[in-house]
Amino acid sequence: MRKCKTDALDAVFAEIAKSSLLYIPTDTEKGAEYKKWSDGMKMSNALNTVRSPKDFFFPQTEDLMEFKVNGKEIEVIDTRSEKEDFVVFGVRACDVKSFEILDRVFLIDPCDSYYANRREHSTIVSVACTRPVETCFCQTFGIDAAAPEGDVSCWKTDSEVYFKANTPKGEALLAKLEGITVDADDKDVTAQQEKTREIMKKLPLAELSADKFGAGKTEEFFNAPEWDELSESCLGCGTCTFVCPTCQCYDIKDYNTGHGVIRFRCWDSCMYSDFTKMAHGNPRLTQKERFRQRFMHKLVYYPSNNDGLFSCVGCGRCLAKCPISMNIVKVMKTIGKSE
Amino acid sequence: MQKVTSELLVKKASELLENGTVTRVLGWKKGEFSYDLTPAVFESGEELIKDFVFSDFSGANFSKYLIKETKKADGKVLVFLKPCDSYSFNQLLTEHRFDREKVYAIGIPCEGMADVDKIKKNVGDGIIDIISDGDRIVVKTLYDGDKEIAADDVKAERCIVCKSKKCVAYDELLGDNGEVIDSERFDEVEKLEKMTDDERFAFWQNELSRCIRCNACRDVCPACTCEKCVFDNPKSGVENKAISDSFEEKMFHIIRAFHVAGRCTDCGECSRVCPQGIPLHLLNRKFIKDINEFYGEYQAGAEIGSRAPLVNYTLDDIEPVDAVKKGEADNA
Amino acid sequence: MANIEETLIPKIGVITDVRIDTPDVKTFRVVTPDGKKAFDHKPGQCAMLSIPAVGEAMFSITSSPTNTEFMEFSIKKCDCVTEWLHQAEVGQQITIRGPYGNPFPVDDEFAGKDLLFVAGGIGLAPLRSVINYCRHYRDRYGKIDIVYGSRSKADLVDYNEIITEWVTDDGIDVHLTIDNAEEGWDGHVGFVPNYVKELGFDTNKTVIICGPPIMIKFTLEGLMTLGYEKTQVYTTMELRMKCGVGKCGRCNIGDKYVCKDGPVFRCDQLEELPDEY
Repeated sequence: MRKCKTDALDAVFAEIAKSSLLYIPTDTEKGAEYKKWSDGMKMSNALNTVRSPKDFFFPQTEDLMEFKVNGKEIEVIDTRSEKEDFVVFGVRACDVKSFEILDRVFLIDPCDSYYANRREHSTIVSVACTRPVETCFCQTFGIDAAAPEGDVSCWKTDSEVYFKANTPKGEALLAKLEGITVDADDKDVTAQQEKTREIMKKLPLAELSADKFGAGKTEEFFNAPEWDELSESCLGCGTCTFVCPTCQCYDIKDYNTGHGVIRFRCWDSCMYSDFTKMAHGNPRLTQKERFRQRFMHKLVYYPSNNDGLFSCVGCGRCLAKCPISMNIVKVMKTIGKSE
Repeated sequence: MQKVTSELLVKKASELLENGTVTRVLGWKKGEFSYDLTPAVFESGEELIKDFVFSDFSGANFSKYLIKETKKADGKVLVFLKPCDSYSFNQLLTEHRFDREKVYAIGIPCEGMADVDKIKKNVGDGIIDIISDGDRIVVKTLYDGDKEIAADDVKAERCIVCKSKKCVAYDELLGDNGEVIDSERFDEVEKLEKMTDDERFAFWQNELSRCIRCNACRDVCPACTCEKCVFDNPKSGVENKAISDSFEEKMFHIIRAFHVAGRCTDCGECSRVCPQGIPLHLLNRKFIKDINEFYGEYQAGAEIGSRAPLVNYTLDDIEPVDAVKKGEADNA
Repeated sequence: MANIEETLIPKIGVITDVRIDTPDVKTFRVVTPDGKKAFDHKPGQCAMLSIPAVGEAMFSITSSPTNTEFMEFSIKKCDCVTEWLHQAEVGQQITIRGPYGNPFPVDDEFAGKDLLFVAGGIGLAPLRSVINYCRHYRDRYGKIDIVYGSRSKADLVDYNEIITEWVTDDGIDVHLTIDNAEEGWDGHVGFVPNYVKELGFDTNKTVIICGPPIMIKFTLEGLMTLGYEKTQVYTTMELRMKCGVGKCGRCNIGDKYVCKDGPVFRCDQLEELPDEY
């Protein structure tokens, strides 16, 4: 483990930025946002960013290819290009876990080269939480906010910042910081972790359990009568989907620029009425069915295909942002009939 | 902050359910925390007692829900209308969006709603409970114990510049009706008007660049009640879930503002629900201000059946060329 | 990066023949610009066809894999992509990617079995590939029965191929039916599900069924009355798709993605899925 003084963090950022793009969460009037680091930019102490970091690998919109159309002839232009190396510094434990959930979708055969390219060029530096809030429930999904994963794990104490490399990429990054950091024992980190874990136990959602959900539970929950009441006031907007770090459904669309056609993909939401609409009908006719799909996917379908892993990380963004304050916690408590 | 209590509304609603006046009640349902109330339909006194809450977080405007709710079943639905909600209610009736006969409306006074984001900014992370006590709010926190703040300091923007304490639609009114307020709601618009074109462009560019096209603003808007929105129609040529270029992003919000111009009651739900904190209401308010100045004071939803100036041609209407001149003068 | 294969980036296909099958179905022959097949496939698999700025959609490959020269797609006119294709002429280029989805188990479960194909309307399109594959390797299968119905004679897809090739094959019985009697039709008249019951097949057959949902529903009921098990019946599904490889989320039903875990399902597997198709 290595460490540096907190006020050396600027030097750490400057050193990283010498060899790759660097993004850090920084405070704005509308909450914390990942921004490209520039000299003097301060890292936010906010628990989490307003937007999840999934944008780094699965942006809201992304051009896939171009076409040139000339009479009856079409030319396909592969516009893919090798991405630059980049470092995302300050990702919380929940969001780091979301990358694994996205990987299991995009990297399985046939691998999505757009996503893979960004993943390959990224180095993730996580940061441990010390002040979780009432909307946090990462522990429900076995995530330890005090021991975040990532290429490098990082802990910020009052006066120091500790680093631990978890992967070869992480080791390479720490090697660059050798001149700024010194060897350290893990005493302070362990103390901080114990403290954080004690706080986690006292959070309002500490007792929330996902044990009742998981692989193979379709029959048990699909026809639950509670879906009616839960979805009753759902507006059918895409807020929960788009603020969610693990939601990854997308649409592919064409855009005619006038001198060519760009095929791009953009985030899509199973909450939208046209998501499954076909020329001859729509298998999910009402909002109840769309609402149910989103939560069944996170709590049952995804785990069925991914060794029991849930596709929720308990980051709490949907709790804070849903216009009607309906969310996965209320769904789990109601459908799972637990308090 | 609120003078009307949950208990009073529960009692009222239970009576109306019991005597058969209504078969169901639209209300705010208790959440996980003190601030995350969910719009819900209550069908019994027990349900009401268990979960109904009216508090500083009962911001959700139920008017639009009436479109769906009145079609769902026979019998009347009880709706509680805060003064600002009652304007949306009237506007929807003006546009024949639901059957008035299937609604029993109770007008309730409102002292203004709290903005939980402002509370978080004021007291910090980890809110365990929020207790209103007159003009003060006590926030129980995870890290800093109990913190007391003035209710006015955490009032929602739309409530600070509240346009009316007067319920304009109801079958029954709880308490005394309030008055229309000569509010300062156009101050922010004036600030925008005073900007140069470039400054204003930069302002909106910055705000709208954060848009994630979740459509929450549209879906919550009581003026957005088209059966099929043009932005959901693949054949419209403008259907997009997200941007293909940043120009489209702006167009979505500007087109929507045009579409609701003259019908927007300035309820402020669009900005309340925006997950990205974009002050969308300012676009609508600019239209309201312009309409007032061009055609005389007009408040959408103030009365049922009023003809919005934009759909009501008169010989006194401002000439387009004069409107342009005025715009230029505002900028100068 | 550019040399890593990306399934979302399509190849170019050229339409080399357009056959008018019925008033609303055309069959398009597609090859690459250098005249070859775009890719190999198995019976029942699909391909994504697109026209830039119009859209992309998933279609069954209706020609048999044993056809080494070209692919065919029988496409009913119903929405933007299909409307556009219906006005396309020979020589028009489109884009094509695939193959996607699982095939019918022609070399495993079907081998050595008596096969009963039941199709309604455009539902013959996905089965044509299977039927022609089985005809090509005729000795690998037992008796083959084909029950096919449509609204009218004019609405029977591939009518020429049925009359000139399928009917004349040994060991293949073709049972055609149309919904209402019409002049010049001396064959059976009536709906497919009833016809299947009337024909009263032995229950030792493996059934492959495709058509409108209502036809599938009633035919299945009929087969159950005859004593069939759901494990003997295969069908192919259609849902909205964008990526074709189980990532975009459109065709997710339960823990399955129709584009990659389907479109071919055995009816007992289908029953385990939530009723959202």
